[in-house]
Amino acid sequence: MILSTLENLPGLTITQHLGIASGSTVRSKHFGRDIMAGFKNIVGGELKGYTELLNESRLQAIERLKEQAAGMGADAVLNIRFGTSSIAAGAAEVFAYGTAVKVSRV
Amino acid sequence: MADLFFIFWAVIPLIIGYVVGTLLEQKHYASIRKREQEMLDKALVFNLPNAPIMAGAPQLRLVAGSVVVSVDAFKRMAAKLHSFFGGRVTAYESLLDRGRREAILRMREKAHELGATMVFGLRLETSGINNGDPRLTTGIELIAYGTAIIPDSTVTGTAAPWGTRA
Repeated sequence: MILSTLENLPGLTITQHLGIASGSTVRSKHFGRDIMAGFKNIVGGELKGYTELLNESRLQAIERLKEQAAGMGADAVLNIRFGTSSIAAGAAEVFAYGTAVKVSRV
Repeated sequence: MADLFFIFWAVIPLIIGYVVGTLLEQKHYASIRKREQEMLDKALVFNLPNAPIMAGAPQLRLVAGSVVVSVDAFKRMAAKLHSFFGGRVTAYESLLDRGRREAILRMREKAHELGATMVFGLRLETSGINNGDPRLTTGIELIAYGTAIIPDSTVTGTAAPWGTRA
Protein backbone atom coordinates (compact mmCIF):
# COMPACT_ATOMS: atom_id res chain seq x y z
CA MET A 1 0.00 0.00 0.00
CA ILE A 2 1.44 3.36 -1.08
CA LEU A 3 0.48 6.20 1.22
CA SER A 4 1.13 9.67 -0.11
CA THR A 5 0.25 13.33 0.29
CA LEU A 6 0.67 13.81 -3.47
CA GLU A 7 -2.11 14.16 -6.03
CA ASN A 8 -0.40 11.92 -8.57
CA LEU A 9 2.33 9.36 -8.21
CA PRO A 10 5.43 9.78 -10.35
CA GLY A 11 5.85 6.86 -12.75
CA LEU A 12 2.40 5.43 -11.97
CA THR A 13 -1.02 6.01 -13.51
CA ILE A 14 -4.27 5.94 -11.60
CA THR A 15 -6.52 3.32 -13.19
CA GLN A 16 -9.47 3.59 -10.82
CA HIS A 17 -10.72 5.93 -8.10
CA LEU A 18 -12.36 4.01 -5.26
CA GLY A 19 -13.45 6.89 -3.03
CA ILE A 20 -12.50 8.27 0.35
CA ALA A 21 -10.77 6.10 2.91
CA SER A 22 -10.40 7.32 6.47
CA GLY A 23 -9.19 6.20 9.85
CA SER A 24 -9.45 7.77 13.25
CA THR A 25 -8.85 7.20 16.91
CA VAL A 26 -9.83 8.98 20.10
CA ARG A 27 -7.27 8.92 22.88
CA SER A 28 -7.12 10.37 26.33
CA LYS A 29 -3.97 11.32 28.12
CA HIS A 30 -3.18 9.63 31.38
CA PHE A 31 -2.68 11.21 34.73
CA GLY A 32 1.12 10.92 34.93
CA ARG A 33 1.58 12.80 31.69
CA ASP A 34 -0.54 15.63 33.03
CA ILE A 35 1.64 16.17 36.09
CA MET A 36 4.72 16.61 33.92
CA ALA A 37 2.73 18.92 31.65
CA GLY A 38 1.80 21.02 34.69
CA PHE A 39 5.48 21.49 35.48
CA LYS A 40 6.37 22.25 31.87
CA ASN A 41 3.68 24.89 31.88
CA ILE A 42 5.87 26.96 34.16
CA VAL A 43 9.22 26.63 32.39
CA GLY A 44 8.10 25.83 28.85
CA GLY A 45 9.68 23.26 26.56
CA GLU A 46 8.53 20.17 24.76
CA LEU A 47 5.78 18.01 26.24
CA LYS A 48 7.36 14.71 25.20
CA GLY A 49 4.57 12.60 26.67
CA TYR A 50 2.04 14.42 24.51
CA THR A 51 4.24 14.21 21.41
CA GLU A 52 4.50 10.43 21.87
CA LEU A 53 0.81 10.04 22.60
CA LEU A 54 -0.24 11.94 19.49
CA ASN A 55 2.33 10.12 17.35
CA GLU A 56 0.96 6.76 18.53
CA SER A 57 -2.56 7.97 17.80
CA ARG A 58 -1.58 9.10 14.32
CA LEU A 59 0.03 5.72 13.59
CA GLN A 60 -3.17 4.01 14.73
CA ALA A 61 -5.26 6.28 12.49
CA ILE A 62 -3.00 5.45 9.51
CA GLU A 63 -3.31 1.72 10.29
CA ARG A 64 -7.09 2.00 10.19
CA LEU A 65 -6.93 4.06 7.01
CA LYS A 66 -4.78 1.35 5.42
CA GLU A 67 -7.17 -1.38 6.54
CA GLN A 68 -10.15 0.43 5.10
CA ALA A 69 -8.35 1.15 1.83
CA ALA A 70 -7.24 -2.49 1.55
CA GLY A 71 -10.86 -3.55 2.07
CA MET A 72 -11.83 -1.36 -0.87
CA GLY A 73 -9.26 -3.10 -3.03
CA ALA A 74 -6.97 -0.08 -3.26
CA ASP A 75 -3.24 -0.24 -3.73
CA ALA A 76 -2.56 3.40 -2.93
CA VAL A 77 -4.08 6.22 -0.91
CA LEU A 78 -3.42 9.70 -2.28
CA ASN A 79 -3.75 13.23 -0.97
CA ILE A 80 -3.64 12.12 2.65
CA ARG A 81 -4.50 14.68 5.29
CA PHE A 82 -4.32 14.59 9.05
CA GLY A 83 -6.45 16.42 11.53
CA THR A 84 -6.61 16.74 15.30
CA SER A 85 -9.47 17.96 17.41
CA SER A 86 -10.07 18.26 21.11
CA ILE A 87 -13.51 16.79 21.52
CA ALA A 88 -13.94 16.51 25.28
CA ALA A 89 -12.05 17.19 28.47
CA GLY A 90 -8.85 15.15 28.33
CA ALA A 91 -9.55 13.45 25.01
CA ALA A 92 -8.43 14.20 21.49
CA GLU A 93 -9.40 12.77 18.15
CA VAL A 94 -6.76 12.16 15.53
CA PHE A 95 -7.93 11.33 12.03
CA ALA A 96 -6.44 10.66 8.63
CA TYR A 97 -8.18 10.55 5.30
CA GLY A 98 -7.32 10.24 1.65
CA THR A 99 -8.46 9.01 -1.73
CA ALA A 100 -8.18 5.28 -2.32
CA VAL A 101 -7.03 4.43 -5.85
CA LYS A 102 -5.80 1.60 -7.97
CA VAL A 103 -2.56 2.31 -9.80
CA SER A 104 -0.42 0.63 -12.40
CA ARG A 105 3.06 1.20 -13.79
CA VAL A 106 3.16 3.29 -16.92
CA MET B 1 0.55 38.25 55.30
CA ALA B 2 -1.95 36.37 53.15
CA ASP B 3 -1.49 38.99 50.43
CA LEU B 4 2.27 38.58 50.55
CA PHE B 5 1.85 34.84 50.26
CA PHE B 6 -0.40 35.25 47.24
CA ILE B 7 2.01 37.63 45.49
CA PHE B 8 4.85 35.18 46.16
CA TRP B 9 3.01 32.34 44.45
CA ALA B 10 1.94 34.54 41.56
CA VAL B 11 5.35 36.06 40.89
CA ILE B 12 7.73 33.13 41.45
CA PRO B 13 6.42 31.02 38.52
CA LEU B 14 6.70 34.10 36.30
CA ILE B 15 10.34 34.66 37.19
CA ILE B 16 11.21 30.96 36.88
CA GLY B 17 9.30 30.83 33.62
CA TYR B 18 11.12 33.82 32.23
CA VAL B 19 14.63 32.74 33.20
CA VAL B 20 14.39 29.01 32.43
CA GLY B 21 12.07 29.57 29.47
CA THR B 22 14.44 32.05 27.82
CA LEU B 23 17.41 29.73 28.37
CA LEU B 24 15.55 26.74 26.93
CA GLU B 25 14.43 28.80 23.95
CA GLN B 26 17.97 29.94 23.16
CA LYS B 27 19.24 26.38 23.46
CA HIS B 28 16.47 25.12 21.21
CA TYR B 29 17.15 27.78 18.57
CA ALA B 30 20.86 26.91 18.60
CA SER B 31 20.01 23.24 18.04
CA ILE B 32 17.54 24.06 15.25
CA ARG B 33 20.05 26.27 13.42
CA LYS B 34 22.77 23.64 13.67
CA ARG B 35 20.51 20.84 12.41
CA GLU B 36 19.11 22.99 9.61
CA GLN B 37 22.68 23.62 8.46
CA GLU B 38 23.39 19.88 8.52
CA MET B 39 20.23 19.13 6.53
CA LEU B 40 20.80 21.95 4.04
CA ASP B 41 21.32 19.75 0.98
CA LYS B 42 19.51 16.66 2.29
CA ALA B 43 15.83 15.77 2.02
CA LEU B 44 14.76 18.99 0.33
CA VAL B 45 11.16 19.91 1.07
CA PHE B 46 8.51 21.14 -1.36
CA ASN B 47 4.82 21.73 -0.85
CA LEU B 48 4.02 20.99 -4.50
CA PRO B 49 1.21 18.47 -5.01
CA ASN B 50 3.03 16.56 -7.75
CA ALA B 51 6.49 15.04 -7.78
CA PRO B 52 8.71 15.17 -10.87
CA ILE B 53 9.08 12.09 -13.03
CA MET B 54 12.29 10.36 -12.04
CA ALA B 55 14.35 7.67 -13.69
CA GLY B 56 13.51 4.12 -12.59
CA ALA B 57 10.91 3.38 -9.95
CA PRO B 58 11.33 5.69 -6.98
CA GLN B 59 9.73 4.59 -3.74
CA LEU B 60 7.28 6.80 -1.92
CA ARG B 61 6.86 6.91 1.84
CA LEU B 62 4.65 8.95 4.07
CA VAL B 63 6.84 10.76 6.59
CA ALA B 64 5.81 12.96 9.49
CA GLY B 65 7.38 14.94 12.27
CA SER B 66 5.60 16.45 15.21
CA VAL B 67 6.23 18.26 18.43
CA VAL B 68 4.07 19.44 21.30
CA VAL B 69 5.42 22.62 22.82
CA SER B 70 4.23 24.10 26.07
CA VAL B 71 3.78 27.72 26.91
CA ASP B 72 5.77 28.92 29.91
CA ALA B 73 4.23 30.98 32.70
CA PHE B 74 5.84 34.22 31.56
CA LYS B 75 4.70 33.86 27.96
CA ARG B 76 1.19 33.04 29.09
CA MET B 77 1.14 36.20 31.22
CA ALA B 78 2.58 38.28 28.36
CA ALA B 79 -0.04 36.91 25.97
CA LYS B 80 -2.80 37.77 28.43
CA LEU B 81 -1.56 41.35 28.57
CA HIS B 82 -1.36 41.47 24.79
CA SER B 83 -4.91 40.24 24.43
CA PHE B 84 -5.92 43.32 26.40
CA PHE B 85 -3.94 45.86 24.38
CA GLY B 86 -3.78 44.04 21.05
CA GLY B 87 -0.81 43.87 18.73
CA ARG B 88 1.90 41.32 18.03
CA VAL B 89 2.28 38.56 20.58
CA THR B 90 6.02 38.05 20.05
CA ALA B 91 6.22 35.55 22.90
CA TYR B 92 3.98 33.12 20.99
CA GLU B 93 5.52 33.93 17.60
CA SER B 94 8.90 32.54 18.58
CA LEU B 95 7.30 29.53 20.26
CA LEU B 96 5.33 28.55 17.16
CA ASP B 97 8.26 29.33 14.87
CA ARG B 98 10.66 26.99 16.63
CA GLY B 99 7.95 24.37 17.09
CA ARG B 100 7.21 24.32 13.39
CA ARG B 101 10.88 24.29 12.40
CA GLU B 102 11.44 21.43 14.84
CA ALA B 103 8.54 19.45 13.33
CA ILE B 104 9.86 20.00 9.78
CA LEU B 105 13.38 19.01 10.87
CA ARG B 106 12.13 15.80 12.48
CA MET B 107 10.27 14.94 9.30
CA ARG B 108 13.34 15.65 7.14
CA GLU B 109 15.60 13.63 9.42
CA LYS B 110 13.18 10.72 9.16
CA ALA B 111 13.10 11.06 5.35
CA HIS B 112 16.90 11.24 5.18
CA GLU B 113 17.13 8.12 7.35
CA LEU B 114 14.96 6.28 4.80
CA GLY B 115 17.30 7.36 2.01
CA ALA B 116 15.00 9.99 0.52
CA THR B 117 16.44 12.95 -1.36
CA MET B 118 13.23 14.98 -1.48
CA VAL B 119 9.93 15.40 0.31
CA PHE B 120 6.98 16.56 -1.78
CA GLY B 121 3.43 17.51 -0.86
CA LEU B 122 4.37 19.00 2.50
CA ARG B 123 1.52 19.92 4.80
CA LEU B 124 1.63 21.73 8.10
CA GLU B 125 -0.91 21.50 10.86
CA THR B 126 -1.28 23.31 14.17
CA SER B 127 -3.61 22.40 16.98
CA GLY B 128 -3.96 23.49 20.54
CA ILE B 129 -4.33 20.95 23.32
CA ASN B 130 -6.76 22.73 25.54
CA ASN B 131 -9.62 20.41 26.55
CA GLY B 132 -11.93 22.43 24.36
CA ASP B 133 -11.19 25.72 26.09
CA PRO B 134 -8.53 27.99 24.48
CA ARG B 135 -7.89 29.64 27.83
CA LEU B 136 -6.67 26.31 29.20
CA THR B 137 -4.11 25.62 26.47
CA THR B 138 -1.46 23.34 27.97
CA GLY B 139 0.38 22.64 24.75
CA ILE B 140 0.43 23.39 21.06
CA GLU B 141 0.99 20.57 18.61
CA LEU B 142 2.78 21.26 15.35
CA ILE B 143 2.81 18.60 12.67
CA ALA B 144 4.66 18.45 9.38
CA TYR B 145 4.01 15.62 6.96
CA GLY B 146 4.70 14.83 3.35
CA THR B 147 5.76 12.21 0.85
CA ALA B 148 9.40 11.19 0.91
CA ILE B 149 10.83 10.26 -2.47
CA ILE B 150 13.45 7.55 -2.34
CA PRO B 151 15.32 7.31 -5.64
CA ASP B 152 15.56 3.98 -7.41
CA SER B 153 18.74 2.29 -6.19
CA THR B 154 19.24 0.43 -9.48
CA VAL B 155 19.51 3.76 -11.26
CA THR B 156 21.76 5.60 -8.86
CA GLY B 157 23.85 2.52 -8.16
CA THR B 158 24.04 3.16 -4.43
CA ALA B 159 23.29 0.51 -1.81
CA ALA B 160 19.67 0.52 -0.67
CA PRO B 161 19.31 0.79 3.14
CA TRP B 162 15.51 0.81 2.88
CA GLY B 163 13.17 -2.17 2.71
CA THR B 164 10.41 -3.01 0.28
CA ARG B 165 7.47 -0.72 -0.27
CA ALA B 166 5.11 -0.72 2.70
